[in-house]
Amino acid sequence: QSIPDVRDTDYGEDLKPTAYRHITSYNNFYELGYGKRAPAENADSLKPRPWTVKVSGECEKPAVLDMEDILKIDQEERVYRFRCVEAWAMVVPWVGFPLGDFLKGFQPTSRAKYVEFTTLYDPKQMPGQKRKVLDWPYREGLRMDEAMHPLAFMATGLYGEQLPAQNGAPLRLVVPWKYGFKSIKSIVSIRFTQEMPANTWRRIAGDEYGFYANVNPRVPHPRWSQKRHRVLGRGLFGSKEDTQLFNGYAEEVAGLYKGMDLRKNF
Amino acid sequence: MNAWKLMVFVLCLLPLGYLGLGIYEEDLGPNPVEYLTHETGIWALRLLLLTLAITPLRRFTGWRRPVMLRRMLGLFSFFYACLHLLIWLWLDRELIWSGMFDDVLKRPYITVGFIAFLILSALAATSNSFSMQRLGRRWKRLHRFAYAAAALGILHYLWLVKADLLHPMIYMVVFLLLMGLRLPGLPERKPMPFRRKVVS
Repeated sequence: QSIPDVRDTDYGEDLKPTAYRHITSYNNFYELGYGKRAPAENADSLKPRPWTVKVSGECEKPAVLDMEDILKIDQEERVYRFRCVEAWAMVVPWVGFPLGDFLKGFQPTSRAKYVEFTTLYDPKQMPGQKRKVLDWPYREGLRMDEAMHPLAFMATGLYGEQLPAQNGAPLRLVVPWKYGFKSIKSIVSIRFTQEMPANTWRRIAGDEYGFYANVNPRVPHPRWSQKRHRVLGRGLFGSKEDTQLFNGYAEEVAGLYKGMDLRKNF
Repeated sequence: MNAWKLMVFVLCLLPLGYLGLGIYEEDLGPNPVEYLTHETGIWALRLLLLTLAITPLRRFTGWRRPVMLRRMLGLFSFFYACLHLLIWLWLDRELIWSGMFDDVLKRPYITVGFIAFLILSALAATSNSFSMQRLGRRWKRLHRFAYAAAALGILHYLWLVKADLLHPMIYMVVFLLLMGLRLPGLPERKPMPFRRKVVS
């Protein structure tokens, strides 16, 4: 189903988007299955309507929003690079709205230092949750200044269409300078917190996945190098590309991490 | 080559066939290099476990014919392991040797996978009748390293996986079962004599 009145933007004008069939058939979304193809195969079990998102925690105006109302926010298209921690990447034309402006509407208080996001927990809709491979529901978080950064984005669609289930329908986060696992899918809760949220992958393997998860070729994953990555859809003999610091968005976001040791805060 | 051997030979080439067809039709999905790496690796492991199933099969059924197929199964396991290593070196590591050495030395899952490959190479190199005669009793001892290769191959798989350990654990259980079936004291059946064709 296409999203009406999507505004064009300059983001990623020079990038060549990955084919729709690749973006929607190669997904890490354990809630819908454990292979790369499984989430697309099990897509039908997730019902993205009716859908509500609860906003709570350290803010003046907590709310429960209906997905139909979220879609009334002005929608724009942004083409972003997407780099998975597994050393593959794609380029996605997302549709959605900036996260920061959206969050400001709930008037976070001075105690709000972080934002925590939570995915739906419903094993009937999400068959992968019947096995306790991760500590469900999936959780992710951003520091407040990261969340307010103009590049942080809430996606409701891709290629002008509403998000398919395997890509995180109906609402997901997109943080293009961080590894893909930060960009949490199928969000049902947004909470402002004082403490750093315990994101799911860090909880199960804290030595391999950190809170920040900024794309960084100089900090290897313990089991593989992050220096280069493969862009999906370039065929068997397509060469890899050099990974860039902050996934090529260093100019915009490096200031957020000034003075921080990125090896320790990986 | 008898009919049994020919049949197993063709069966062992089927995975290669469907991977080749996939390459030809460019139908290996968004990440063909990853797909080919995983498929060749898993076939090397499956064939190695099949090789290790021959002895228990003879022990409990008395059926001797599969023993003649063991060498071929083992060599096919090595063949897929070679493809696995080659695809990794060439298409994944892009023949950047420094990166490869880093991987082999620093990343335990690659270290154990590489050791398993070295073992399979030694076993393949001594799989001919000439080596069997020359090594005599030592040949059997050397070829018991097939167990180590299988164990390391499964460890390689287990350490590679991020969170969902189901599949590597299935291989682990099969391996342990095959090892358990080698324990002394289990009820056995006498090996059947080969039936010879009567020539009149």
